[in-house]
Amino acid sequence: MTWEIVIGLEVHAQLSTSSKIFCGASTAFGAEPNTQADAVSLALPGVLPVLNKGAVERAIKFGLATGAHIAPRSVFARKNYFYPDLPKGYQISQFDLPVVGNGELVIQVPASGKSEGYEKTVRITRAHLEEDAGKSLHEDFHGMTGIDLNRAGTPLLEIVSEPDMRSAAEAVAYAKALHTLVQWIGICDGNMQEGSFRCDANVSVHKPGTPFGTRREIKNLNSFRFLEQAINYEVHWQIEQIESGGAIQQATVLFDPDKGETRMMRTKEEAHDYRYFPDPDLLPLDINEEWKEAVRATLPELPHAKQERYVAELGLSAYDASLLTASHGMADFFEAALNEVPGQSKACANWLIGEVSAQLNRDGLDMAQCPITPQQLGGILKRIADNTISNSGAKEVFRAMWAEGGEADAIIEAKGLKQVSDSSAIEALVDEIIAANADKVAEYRSGKDKLFGFFVGLAMKASKGKANPAQLNEVLKKKLAG
Amino acid sequence: MLDSTLQQLGSALRARQISSVELTQLYLDRITGLNPKLNAFITVNPEMSLVQAREADARIAAGQASALTGIPIAQKDIFCAKGWLTTCGSKMLHNFVSPYDAHVIGRFNDAGAVNLGKTNMDEFAMGSSNETSHYGAVKNPWDNARVPGGSSGGSAAAVAARMCPAATGTDTGGSIRQPAALCGISGLKPTYGVCSRYGMIAFASSLDQAGPMAKSAEDLALMLNVMAGFDERDSTSLQRDKEDYTRDLAKPLNGLRIGLPKEFFAEGLGGDVAQAVETAIAEYKKLGASVAEISLPNSKLSVPVYYVLAPAEASSNLSRFDGVRYGYRAPEYSDLADMYEQTRAQGFGAEVKRRIMIGTYVLSHGYYDAYYLQAQKIRRLIAQDFTEAFRQCDVIMGPTSPSTAFKLGEKGDDPVQMYLSDIYTIAVNLAGLPGMSVPCGFGANNLPVGLQIIGNYFDEARMLNAAHQYQLATDWHSRAPQGI
Repeated sequence: MTWEIVIGLEVHAQLSTSSKIFCGASTAFGAEPNTQADAVSLALPGVLPVLNKGAVERAIKFGLATGAHIAPRSVFARKNYFYPDLPKGYQISQFDLPVVGNGELVIQVPASGKSEGYEKTVRITRAHLEEDAGKSLHEDFHGMTGIDLNRAGTPLLEIVSEPDMRSAAEAVAYAKALHTLVQWIGICDGNMQEGSFRCDANVSVHKPGTPFGTRREIKNLNSFRFLEQAINYEVHWQIEQIESGGAIQQATVLFDPDKGETRMMRTKEEAHDYRYFPDPDLLPLDINEEWKEAVRATLPELPHAKQERYVAELGLSAYDASLLTASHGMADFFEAALNEVPGQSKACANWLIGEVSAQLNRDGLDMAQCPITPQQLGGILKRIADNTISNSGAKEVFRAMWAEGGEADAIIEAKGLKQVSDSSAIEALVDEIIAANADKVAEYRSGKDKLFGFFVGLAMKASKGKANPAQLNEVLKKKLAG
Repeated sequence: MLDSTLQQLGSALRARQISSVELTQLYLDRITGLNPKLNAFITVNPEMSLVQAREADARIAAGQASALTGIPIAQKDIFCAKGWLTTCGSKMLHNFVSPYDAHVIGRFNDAGAVNLGKTNMDEFAMGSSNETSHYGAVKNPWDNARVPGGSSGGSAAAVAARMCPAATGTDTGGSIRQPAALCGISGLKPTYGVCSRYGMIAFASSLDQAGPMAKSAEDLALMLNVMAGFDERDSTSLQRDKEDYTRDLAKPLNGLRIGLPKEFFAEGLGGDVAQAVETAIAEYKKLGASVAEISLPNSKLSVPVYYVLAPAEASSNLSRFDGVRYGYRAPEYSDLADMYEQTRAQGFGAEVKRRIMIGTYVLSHGYYDAYYLQAQKIRRLIAQDFTEAFRQCDVIMGPTSPSTAFKLGEKGDDPVQMYLSDIYTIAVNLAGLPGMSVPCGFGANNLPVGLQIIGNYFDEARMLNAAHQYQLATDWHSRAPQGI
């Protein structure tokens, strides 16, 4: 029997408020050290926290977007431990009464190798509000440690999944779907380089039908690639341990991207006793129906709802629909382009997933930086639809448009890409070819069907590639038949 | 002048009979004379005080004075005051000059009051005798061999010795009322949430409350008018309409229903204290009040409950004193853990360490339910007792402390005996109710006794009325210690 992999993720999403969760200091990234550390961030004697409503609203948004329960009353608790970048000596978090509970997220696991892509629902155990710590800077201080408290107090939503994932690919698909969602609903900028979206992965292995194995938690994975590598390494390591007679000890590990390995940080025995208790400086967080509904009214159509609509109403495949909803920008572009050429959802999807995405990738751009507008793309699609240009002509128009701008019609005109759809012109052209290649025509008529392509080639060449392919085929077939 | 009420001082200042600079200097001189003996102040800064006094004089000259403009007020060293050394009675903050003002300090500044200096206190407000201060014990002005009570012992001694007209205090388990009683002055702990805790160095957040300490109930009312008020920087601050706490002072006490908790007059209460309190109750009857026995059955659990909850919160509140950003740091250490350990071992005194350890223990995995959660449940029962009691009476009265001032060092070796000196005051904090102490006579050795008055939530004006009418009929509050 093979090993089954069990993965649960804890994701820290930095909420996109302009000020911190318990004070008015700015959350902007990249400022000079400690310039965004006010009295509360510094934990001066006597200061008190005041909850930022914007952070709560973002948590409510997330809960609503994942069909979760929004707690009418949740409680902030202190998580006590000493660390130089934790100025109060405790982190304000939520413990037994989190703001969000029991949500779910539908993910699309892409096809890979022999296996086909599939849809899966991952349960979200809870999501709670908490504050981030500052940063310890170990370089440039001649053996001492520098402390930067700009980040201390930045609002985080910690999103904890059930152990529902069974492969690194599923974990990555879940993390990506979550990453899309938090940006989609505007609660997190998703910037992984700046640490706005960080993953911890709880990984264990067991034989199906037996209880879950002991898990190890891989901390602070800040890219999807590291997430995948770390899980794969960890799974491999755990199986090897067990198969060589060892046992897995509950532990927290770190992933070293340079070596591609995980290494032990601390075992369960060394784990802190955080001495959680309700923070007496903060009142319980009460969220009434009115507040919840006011937040609900600000929610956009969600990625999964869009996906289902694209499949049901536009006839797209589930996979294409998931790619088109990978970001709000992508979906908006798609819908705006489709608006130009109603009914041509497949062509729109193909062009976006194909040419547009490929070009963006090549140029290292994201959707917001796309040099062509949905209207421009629509212009190309219109000319394909009305047979003005061929597909290959359209690609040429697209390349020119990407590089130099301009509207489809002007580019077609300037480059002379208009295809010949005048039936008398095509018939004359075909007649000429038949007349000039009597021997091949005879061969064809005697049963050598393969020669059809030869005639198409000649005709296309004669038309300088502009003959409407469908029309040409039709005329050729008719005339060759004799 | 030194015996004047705040109202009299305010009038004299506004009538330009004396300037704020002169008045401030008068008190500064008195502090210079008496502080070496009483140790009531940790910091005086004549320069800064006189700057404020000059500003106050300008304000008075411009006709923009309010009740406390130009009056010097002593501030307990638990309140952060911009530019002032703010130690909280601890070596841990021996070098901490606050860069900001506590809400309460800001309110006094806005009122044009003069910060006369920072008063001594038990370290981080943990103590009932003022002996845990890093800056040495405060002496009781009535008997220099005795404690002033604590933790606001410096403020109480300063008011009693007329080193200031009035002072601020804070009360977590009795820290305003008990020293007020032991020093023969008046002190009020308002309803939890009436005075903002912003800038008041936290001991036990769910219990801490600032309040005034002065020579009379009338002065307390004027002080509270300045100190009280909503502050958006404190989430537990209560958003209520502004009150004038002097509004009911003159009301007669006819029909006032006084409840006497039988548990407060049982074993453990000193005979001299009992007698003084009973005499005071008799006086209230003369003033038209009716008296009935009530019961607070769970109040006997208040000391153990308090010594679970307050240390639990304190253990976490005091974690920020880690030597990293400000305050004391051990001069030598080998690594990070050693820096923490050395800093906290050297920076905190014994009582603070004891409470951090108790608090850490009761919050620990496996003990939390048995101690912290259980204590929270009993806390609710204690509060319910009061709710029941206030169905039968308007105010509750009894002794503030079981004994008069005890001798320095007398209870130093026995923390439980020390904790029991707050046995009548702690339940009030656990319930979040307002409580006050007013002088009601003298016990053995001519030491002052305090009468405790407990009110229902937000009933400060009624309590002040009851205290003021009593002070109109008696003169205990105007007795001052002689020959300090």
